[in-house]
Amino acid sequence: MDRQQLRIAGLTGVEITLDIAGAGSRSLAFIIDWHIRLLGALAWFLLVSAIGISTHLNAATRSVAAIVIVPALAIYLLYHPILEIFTRGTPGKRMAGVRIVTRQGGTPSMGAMLIRNVFRLIDSLPFLYVAGLVCCLFSAQHVRIGDMAAGTLLILSDVESEASLGRLSAQLTGSKLAPNVIEIVNELLRRWHLLDTIRRDKVARLVLGSADTSLTAEALAPLGDAELYRRLKALYGT
Amino acid sequence: MEPEAQAAVWMKSRAAVWSQWIAQSQSPSRQLTVEQAHHRVERYRAIARDLTIARKLAPRSAATTALESLYRSSHLRIDAAARHSVSSLLRLFGDEIPEVIATLRPTILWLALLMLVGALTGGWLISTYPDLISLIASQEMINKVQHGELWTDNLLSVTPPALLSVTILSNNIFVSITAFCAGVLFGLGAFYIVAFNGLMLGAMFAFTHQYGMDGALLRFVSAHGLVELSVICVAGAAGVALGESLIRPTLPTRLESFQFAASRVGRVLLACAILLIGCGLIEGFISPNPGVPFLSRIVIGICWWVLMLLFLSGRLFRQRQAKSVVADASSNTHSIPPGPIAQV
Repeated sequence: MDRQQLRIAGLTGVEITLDIAGAGSRSLAFIIDWHIRLLGALAWFLLVSAIGISTHLNAATRSVAAIVIVPALAIYLLYHPILEIFTRGTPGKRMAGVRIVTRQGGTPSMGAMLIRNVFRLIDSLPFLYVAGLVCCLFSAQHVRIGDMAAGTLLILSDVESEASLGRLSAQLTGSKLAPNVIEIVNELLRRWHLLDTIRRDKVARLVLGSADTSLTAEALAPLGDAELYRRLKALYGT
Repeated sequence: MEPEAQAAVWMKSRAAVWSQWIAQSQSPSRQLTVEQAHHRVERYRAIARDLTIARKLAPRSAATTALESLYRSSHLRIDAAARHSVSSLLRLFGDEIPEVIATLRPTILWLALLMLVGALTGGWLISTYPDLISLIASQEMINKVQHGELWTDNLLSVTPPALLSVTILSNNIFVSITAFCAGVLFGLGAFYIVAFNGLMLGAMFAFTHQYGMDGALLRFVSAHGLVELSVICVAGAAGVALGESLIRPTLPTRLESFQFAASRVGRVLLACAILLIGCGLIEGFISPNPGVPFLSRIVIGICWWVLMLLFLSGRLFRQRQAKSVVADASSNTHSIPPGPIAQV
């Protein structure tokens, strides 16, 4: 399925394309975050219980229950607002490869993050963010009500592409290979384990043959899959 | 030269610069000097320029994809709101929030009237049909009142005041946020919450009146109640403004109008939260304390309400803000090097 994209003009006028995160990526991020905050709250609860406070709980010492329950609830309920307002994201979002941006592709302000989180109250209705999920599935940019109010949306972050520019430029400066060959080798190595063995070996032989003219087709033919991979890596310098 | 060869030559010529950009983009962005910030903007422009060339020479290459990504992340770093300084906070509380409150004033007054009507209705309902109290109060509360005790009695002997305050203020903030967010239902949710709170208040007073304990309840709520109820009306008015933005959009689309209204009136919630923290502290430390006389409670309640009015009208901050502006202006004057104007 094609990713939904948002095209906006950058500050220089050059267009930026943002890959909008769909309900799947958002749900994944939510599930990771939900587990983190649940485990955090449980960890507090168990820790305090373990040091013996909970053993003295009874109806007359409700304050002790509050020491156990209030901080655990605070961890559970304030996890999203605190992290999003002060760090502009959550561990779950980072792990799921999504990030919050404004509709103009910029970093949201603290106010926008606050509004986004205040509306969790509506999005979480009637339970487990059903309202938010339904809104996400049917809205144009897969946003929940909180995002609509705050003018934000979730995009897929692409750290890997940025890193590939670093690898590519290092190759371009250090290698005698043509840029298009470097790109092919880079791409082939990246997708090696996803490709069919016969096809990837065929492409590898073609690439190795064109990179080193002393290698004939006959010389390359007996090379196995592992050896071809090793030679490609050597050619790429990794 | 063929386009492919041209692209190859260009990429080779730019490779060293790209490596440099990648290294720079990974450095932390907090606390930049003016020079570093300027350098970052220049780099953003250079990335845009290279991306344009890459799109033309090698549109489907990995280099173009990677440059797209680098441009996107640079844009995110550049297009960010300024960090909040003391002066921006003073501006928020001194100008922006009072401005919103001024536009919401008629709605706040209408909601206060609605709350009053709700309270009167609640009072009448429970006076006429006492059994209906089971719909509003818990059985535990009803039993206590029937045994001549208020549910707020001995509160401090059960829970420490600090914890009581936290519990109360978080509950009040939750009610205010609900009143605001419920405005998304075309404002009706906010009306409902305000009216229901009024109804509950009136009902509880009528119920305690039947057992001669309405005075004790009034004694309990007098220190914090006025501000607490006012804040619910303010949050409700903000919610109504949200609803109005959906009913009568002021921008081309309802979504834009809703977003604009949320970002504008949402600031009021910050003021509401601060006021409710104060209310929580009063409700945790003063209201359940039998040692505080009724007159003191009334004085605290009125003073706290006057302080709320000063806070929401921005008068508490304007003087400080003016001083801050003067200080900024004088520091700027010192930093301006003597130029032609100074010489004149």
